[in-house]
Amino acid sequence: MDSLIVSSSPHVYSKDTTVRIMRDVVLALLPAAAVAVYFFGVRAALIMAISVLSAVITEAVVQKLMKKPITVNDWSAAVTGLMLAFNLPPTVPLWLPVVGSIVAIALVKQAFGGLGHNFMNPALAARAILLAAWPVYMTTWAEPIHGIVNSAADAVSSATPLAILKGLEGTEAQLPPLWAIILGSTKGCLGETSDLALLLGAAYLLWRRVINWRIPFSFIGTVALLTWVLGPRGLFTGNAIYHIFSGGLILGAFFMATDYSSSPVTPKGQIIMGIGCGVITTIIRLYGGYPEGVTYSILLMNVATPLIDRFTMPRIYGEVRADV
Amino acid sequence: MGLKVLGFRGGVHPFHRKESTQDKAVERMQAPRLVYIPLQQHIGAPCEPLVKPGDRVKLGQKIGQPKGFVGAPIHASVSGVVKDIKQMPHPTMGQGIAIVLENDGKDELDESIVPRDIEALDVDELKGLIFEAGIVGMGGAAFPTHVKLSPPKDKKIDVVILNGAECEPYLTADHRLMLENPQDVVDGLKAIMKVLGVERGYIAIEDNKPDAIRTIAEATASMPGVEVVRLRTKYPQGAEKQLIYAVTGRQVPSGGLPMDVGVVVNNVGTAAAIARAIKTGIPLIERIVTVTGGGVAQPKNLSVRIGTLFKDVIDACGGLVGQPAKVVSGGPMMGIAQYTLEVPVIKGTSGILVLTKQEAETPDPGPCIRCGKCVDACPMRLMPLFISVYSLKGDYDNSEKLHAMDCIECGCCSYICPAKRPLVQSIRTAKRVITERKRRAAGAK
Ligand code: SF4
Ligand code: SF4
Repeated sequence: MDSLIVSSSPHVYSKDTTVRIMRDVVLALLPAAAVAVYFFGVRAALIMAISVLSAVITEAVVQKLMKKPITVNDWSAAVTGLMLAFNLPPTVPLWLPVVGSIVAIALVKQAFGGLGHNFMNPALAARAILLAAWPVYMTTWAEPIHGIVNSAADAVSSATPLAILKGLEGTEAQLPPLWAIILGSTKGCLGETSDLALLLGAAYLLWRRVINWRIPFSFIGTVALLTWVLGPRGLFTGNAIYHIFSGGLILGAFFMATDYSSSPVTPKGQIIMGIGCGVITTIIRLYGGYPEGVTYSILLMNVATPLIDRFTMPRIYGEVRADV
Repeated sequence: MGLKVLGFRGGVHPFHRKESTQDKAVERMQAPRLVYIPLQQHIGAPCEPLVKPGDRVKLGQKIGQPKGFVGAPIHASVSGVVKDIKQMPHPTMGQGIAIVLENDGKDELDESIVPRDIEALDVDELKGLIFEAGIVGMGGAAFPTHVKLSPPKDKKIDVVILNGAECEPYLTADHRLMLENPQDVVDGLKAIMKVLGVERGYIAIEDNKPDAIRTIAEATASMPGVEVVRLRTKYPQGAEKQLIYAVTGRQVPSGGLPMDVGVVVNNVGTAAAIARAIKTGIPLIERIVTVTGGGVAQPKNLSVRIGTLFKDVIDACGGLVGQPAKVVSGGPMMGIAQYTLEVPVIKGTSGILVLTKQEAETPDPGPCIRCGKCVDACPMRLMPLFISVYSLKGDYDNSEKLHAMDCIECGCCSYICPAKRPLVQSIRTAKRVITERKRRAAGAK
């Protein structure tokens, strides 16, 4: 009886663990990954594999060099790798995901202290850097193919739905049908095209309570409201539905903006994060020089996160004197 | 009892694990040959012993007198001889002086014991009786009840709540009490309301105990001003502040007490003990303990004499199964881990949990991933992750700024944290240091 464990309460713990959460995120991304392979061929699978592998290897190497415990089995590097791949067009050269993963893990994650300490979403930060360095590779889209037989999708230069919506190229008559956008048979980054697959994964994450509704719903809601109100032909003429399902909004709102390390932890802060992302996305989409605004909106709000947390501390129980 | 189910914001849903004992009627455990009665079984200063080794004592005889107002006398839980007065392990304080009694098996009643009638007693007599019977909060905190029932003149109390939530996983002692002795619970409430001169009483029960809700509702049907309240099953629904909020919508101010919002809360077990002390004259010398966990052969609800060693209680439940990994006094969320089974049951011992290696596994902490789950779970709406970071860095000033002192140590944050951070543990440290500093600052003046 001399071996009783004496530790302080609580003596039971929830089954939730970091590994389980990360694994859930990977699981939630799988439907969209499968659709990417279906529409963009084996090359899509290759990009994702390379991206994940180089993220995991980078993490291990950096931790080894910094003489820190190697924690690649917590799955978080794999999540970052997969997220990065989701943000790349299917036509990128195969070395690009390697560079991206190294940037994401070494520069954005580990340099700031590793898991939980990075102030920006590593995958998105890497995307932004790749976009600045190799804009051509990062904006060359491929027409989706059907079936995985055709291994290398051909690069084409016609407009993406968002570019059309913005009036940059083509006319609204050229918009692909909404169902095509939702299913994912349109041009776009690997992971953003199939909203249906993404929503399936998002529902799973909500059900597993990995994420909560606050950031994604306030984000999407804000974009929907603003793009409808600020329509191209006067107030309330915007095509909100198209805006919701085009580009990276669904991916960004459910999977990127909800990134734990770089988003607020307070309930109010999370809603502010969502609304902020929505406002910035809309401004960039409607008035910026660039058709997509999701990435930059999230990165900008990431930077504001510590501030948001500080100013949205919940009012604690009993802080207001109850009137009796 | 309306359809409304009342709750609060935050909290967690740990596995109940109540199945193994919730259907088991309370059994009376035979008093052991030796009982060890600690001189301190309440918040406040320890009692002075009124006996010395060699003295004969009778059942219910007062053997310890409290030194201050905040304290409660202790009584012999068996008749027999005082063997020793010595230092020994204590379930909540590590160590303490205890009076060791050798049981003669006769249960010879002390002459002071006379049954009374609640209706016939006036307020002062009732209060005196509750004090003399050594009644303390039986939900675990062990606050002397007569103190709670003597609010300062300027605090107008208008509501009494009996806490029958029993939100701690594994524990079923209060549940069984409400099912088997509803009249004691109700009579106790009557006495409390009379002492406080209050017209409104609530008995609050979690909705995972529909049978208890039904039983108590029947027992209170004819009582004006008394209502059974259904609470959402959620931990820590039984925490005083959360309970008061759920039932009355009032928030106890930070640093304040329930009486600041006109409320007095008592555990259902405490109420029953009051009623029994009045009706039988026998002081608090026995209580219901849920003995459970994977490490005990036959989990039970046992009525145990105060001073019975955990070891003896477990033996009365068929003994241990294999080597226990952890033994907890109380529930798994707030209970205290014991380093030995040679500790006595005291007035606040609601459960004895014997956990197997598997059940007791303490996961290794990882880095905080900022998931915010602790923020969502904290019923006091604190930011456990930040308070904990400051505390671990030794920056207690900042812990205090983030309201560390308002932490009720419910453990929700530690329970829910996927990184298994020692949140409540470090916040507790911060609270201790902050209190210590305040005391020293006050002393320096
Ligand atoms: S900080 Fe305190 S009150 Fe809040 S959940 Fe943790 S232990 Fe409970
Ligand atoms: S629950 Fe744990 S991991 Fe999540 S924010 Fe709180 S301390 Fe960090």
